[in-house]
Amino acid sequence: MTIVKEKFDVVIIGAGHAGCEAALACARLGLETIVFTMSADNIAFMPCNPHIGGSSKGHLVREIDALGGEMGKNIDKTFLQSKMLNTSKGPAVHSLRCQADKMEYSKEMRKVLESQDHLHIKQAEVSEILFEEVSDELKREGYNNKIVGVKIFSGIIYEAKAVILCTGTYLKSRCLTGEAITYSGPNGLLPSNLLSDSLISAGIELRRFKTGTPARMDGSTIDYSKMSEQFGDTPVVPFSFDTDPKDVQRPQVSCWLTYTNEKTHEIIKANIDRSPIYAGIIEGVGPRYCPSIEDKVVKFPDHERHQVFVEPEGTFTNEMYIDGMSSSLPEDVQIAMYRTVPGLENCRIVKNAYAIEYDCLCPGQLHPTLEIKTTRGLFSAGQFNGSSGYEEAAAQGLYAGINAAMQILDKESLYIDRSEGYIGVLVDDLVTKENLEPYRMMTSRAEYRLLLRQDNADIRLRQKGYEIGLISEDQYNKLQTKIALIDKEVSRLKETVVGANATIQKFMEKVGTPTLKTATSLAELICRPELSYESIKEIDPDRRPLPDDVIEQVEITIRYEGYINRQERQVEQFKKLEKKKIPADINYDDVGSLRLEARQKLQKFRPTNIGQASRIGGVNPADVSVLIIYLDSLHRGNADEK
Amino acid sequence: MSRVLSTFSNDTICAIATAMSDAGIGIIRVSGPKALSICNTIYVSSQKEHTLLSHKPNSIRFGYICDGDEIIDEVMISYMKAPHSYTMEDVIEINSHGGMLVMNRILNLLLQTGCRMAEPGEFTKRAFLNGRIDLTKAEAVMDIISAQNNFALESSKSQLQGKLSTKIKELREKILYEMAFIESALDDPENYDLTGYSQKLRSIIIPMRNEICTLIESSDEGKIRKDGIKTVIVGKPNAGKSSLLNALTGDERAIVTDIAGTTRDVIEETVRLGDIVLHVIDTAGIRNTEDIIEKIGVDKAKSKIEEADLILYILDSTSETDNEDKEIIELCKSKKTIVLLNKNDLSDNIKITEDIVRMHFSGSSNEHLPIIRTSMLKGNGLEELKDAISDLFFNGDIVHKQEIYITNLRHKDLLSKAGNSLELVLDSIEKNLSEDFYTVDLTGAYEALGEILGEEIGDDLVEEIFSKFCMGK
Repeated sequence: MTIVKEKFDVVIIGAGHAGCEAALACARLGLETIVFTMSADNIAFMPCNPHIGGSSKGHLVREIDALGGEMGKNIDKTFLQSKMLNTSKGPAVHSLRCQADKMEYSKEMRKVLESQDHLHIKQAEVSEILFEEVSDELKREGYNNKIVGVKIFSGIIYEAKAVILCTGTYLKSRCLTGEAITYSGPNGLLPSNLLSDSLISAGIELRRFKTGTPARMDGSTIDYSKMSEQFGDTPVVPFSFDTDPKDVQRPQVSCWLTYTNEKTHEIIKANIDRSPIYAGIIEGVGPRYCPSIEDKVVKFPDHERHQVFVEPEGTFTNEMYIDGMSSSLPEDVQIAMYRTVPGLENCRIVKNAYAIEYDCLCPGQLHPTLEIKTTRGLFSAGQFNGSSGYEEAAAQGLYAGINAAMQILDKESLYIDRSEGYIGVLVDDLVTKENLEPYRMMTSRAEYRLLLRQDNADIRLRQKGYEIGLISEDQYNKLQTKIALIDKEVSRLKETVVGANATIQKFMEKVGTPTLKTATSLAELICRPELSYESIKEIDPDRRPLPDDVIEQVEITIRYEGYINRQERQVEQFKKLEKKKIPADINYDDVGSLRLEARQKLQKFRPTNIGQASRIGGVNPADVSVLIIYLDSLHRGNADEK
Repeated sequence: MSRVLSTFSNDTICAIATAMSDAGIGIIRVSGPKALSICNTIYVSSQKEHTLLSHKPNSIRFGYICDGDEIIDEVMISYMKAPHSYTMEDVIEINSHGGMLVMNRILNLLLQTGCRMAEPGEFTKRAFLNGRIDLTKAEAVMDIISAQNNFALESSKSQLQGKLSTKIKELREKILYEMAFIESALDDPENYDLTGYSQKLRSIIIPMRNEICTLIESSDEGKIRKDGIKTVIVGKPNAGKSSLLNALTGDERAIVTDIAGTTRDVIEETVRLGDIVLHVIDTAGIRNTEDIIEKIGVDKAKSKIEEADLILYILDSTSETDNEDKEIIELCKSKKTIVLLNKNDLSDNIKITEDIVRMHFSGSSNEHLPIIRTSMLKGNGLEELKDAISDLFFNGDIVHKQEIYITNLRHKDLLSKAGNSLELVLDSIEKNLSEDFYTVDLTGAYEALGEILGEEIGDDLVEEIFSKFCMGK
């Protein structure tokens, strides 16, 4: 057949949560973009749990939104229930979580992609990536080859300046339910069996991970009277900074809570040898944070029960997702096991629980831009990078999409460091650490957590989104107004002092706080645990009405000032190390005094700056000192030559 | 993380800059922007009206290092103003004559008043980065940093064998568990409930903080019990055992009287003779006794001899040896022993000579038995004793012991940091802050303790969360 060539700027492989964000970012920046999917009817499909957000993941969604991504807006349109988690804790760990209508979520995202200029959707399996030799200059930067496009199964070639791999769990995937193995992608969708070999032949190292999902039940066979009902919040806080809160106050759907018991655990223990993991059939490494019910029972034998959340899959179906009971046990064991749970005694399974294995990347091969170090123009994002979760995928998709675009447009790449966002922590952890299992975001991974709140994601990142070109002038001006209002109000509260007069003391007694010994600023009063911005309204007559999001920032800024300042000082130190760049062509064999272990690790990860080098396991502070001296001597040497 | 960060800031650092020799002269070097002002807070000039702030650069001054009202040492202080110093920063050098103990106290004061302990090779590193050392020496600088770090790590680890390291590991494990619990509850709030947890955490933190305080106190100068030579003083009643101990410790810890059998129990004390650390056990006089209380002491004494590295056998040279002495000599024969012929000032009444002692020891492993004439009353013979111990244990060379004290102080500094962090956790609980704030300072304590063990931070927390808590919504 004749070779047909199509020309695009960017090819995205996969239209899941990573692929959609990557495609939208590139197209919105004016690049001709094509996104390949195994099934155009399953764009932004949610093959596992039916929710978006949750602890630390909610932060990611807010950051995606701040940078100009789509996830937050799409879930605001399609949620069934919304809840802000951890409201009794500090603001840094408040996290928004929404139950999604899976079908609506997918349909809405498809609409957004279809109506986006420069963006094309194509249902086809990409079978090969195409690359060519690189110039000597690029070789010095560490590239072995350069991407020129992809070939699809039919043989047609799509030329591109950049390719972004967002293949999720589809590469050579297989699903396991006990002894029954299906060679398919999630939910019976087609797997992608050809691309892995092409990547390996390009010198890219792959590995095998696994994850799992619980059964979906026929809702009409569930007895909800035996479970406790879980409601959403009123009022609802939207995910997107651009969504008008008025638009998200709508009726919500409940979830249900029940528990496993001794009987459940007995059935599991009696059949554990039939689990593909315990029988040794599964080769892939699974995540410990999302264990199957059999893992929970084996690893935590002293737990008498485990929580089970029963969540709706959407309004298009009565299927219910049995959260907390993912499994790869055989179907007969699954039926018996689920039926021991109160409320599920008569349940009928619509879709079995299964484990899925897939090929993915060892992400140490990535630059902090999510470009593969050896192949110029080849980027990757999402589950292919060894992460898990829709939000982690979307965040990387956006990040990789932006950086592919920046490379083509010859602009400075986007870099978010660990002190600027959870996205920065996510990317840095992926590219710097030995990740031995699918990576999930957690707030404990963010050392500057008090600064990286979901409430201030816009203040932290919109500027970057604006500079890239994904945030409009209007959105940007709106943010600037907000920041100005916050600053002004914080100063006013610090400068406004109330005297210890009779009216004030009477107020203090009324609200149950110690009376004043001396004149005190309103800001100091807000810091008292029993007082708040709202509660001191009476003694603050000059107050002007302000939007809720401004008040929230004012209150956090004042109340947590001490902690925030402490973290900001740590960040200053941290930034110093991040600024010390390591040249791409450094030869670690030239750095004489490095210990062997450190030398090997540095060779392997090839960090871009001293900060990143210091975070690599096996590189100790003395090694970092040695490296600094070496870089300084290089620098001085060059200066001498000139 | 924190350790790496601290190494690259331009704060003010200090360290003992010279190997400690027998002469006991040493230099403490302070470098950084606050060198002058920090040293000024612990310095009192011999001419009262002067402070260091009026100190002329590149000159030397005489004065005192003081801890509050207490004078710690007479010192010479030299000041080199940036950029005319080794590191090209403001540098103060404190010349002390007080020996290791005093120098450690001075270093301690500097750490309390705002200095940071220099990382291995850090002065040299600063000298290089500030352009003082030229490019051709870069290789050598890297070697120094690398070598010093390895040495410091080695000596740090070697000191941590035993109880201290077990204790620190235990504390760390407890802290990590609580951190992981909090983080699990923050990550999966519908599964782990934190109601009432802050008071529980408080009851866990308080004893830990107290333990750390105890550790800090136990590492105080003059009480460092580890790495000392286990020494037992033996001798008949009233030969001068307690006087010897007092001469070594410099205070009246053991009661000295003329009545035989005053020292009723075993007294333990750690003392330094120059650079030698002795872990001294004074025993009740070995004597066949019917006195029940004293009998307990005597039995203990015999068992202590079994454990000892060194026996100081003190004899009253004015009274002849008898069966009791023979019994003691039997006990000493298989041990490294130094014989002290005491009361040597009463020279007209000498009944025991070196030859007599050697005769009694003949046939034992103590062929070259050191015998020293002393007078505890006059304080004679202590120098000779020190030399004898040095010969017996270090081939006369004790310079290498130097690093140990410095790393000790580093340990102490880190323990203080850990203690302060725990204090801040208690403060956050007191202020009713929510649980996510506790982990900020718990992490601080965990990292400081980890640094003592030379352990990397890594992904301990995430590991702990997954291994101890069942996550999984």
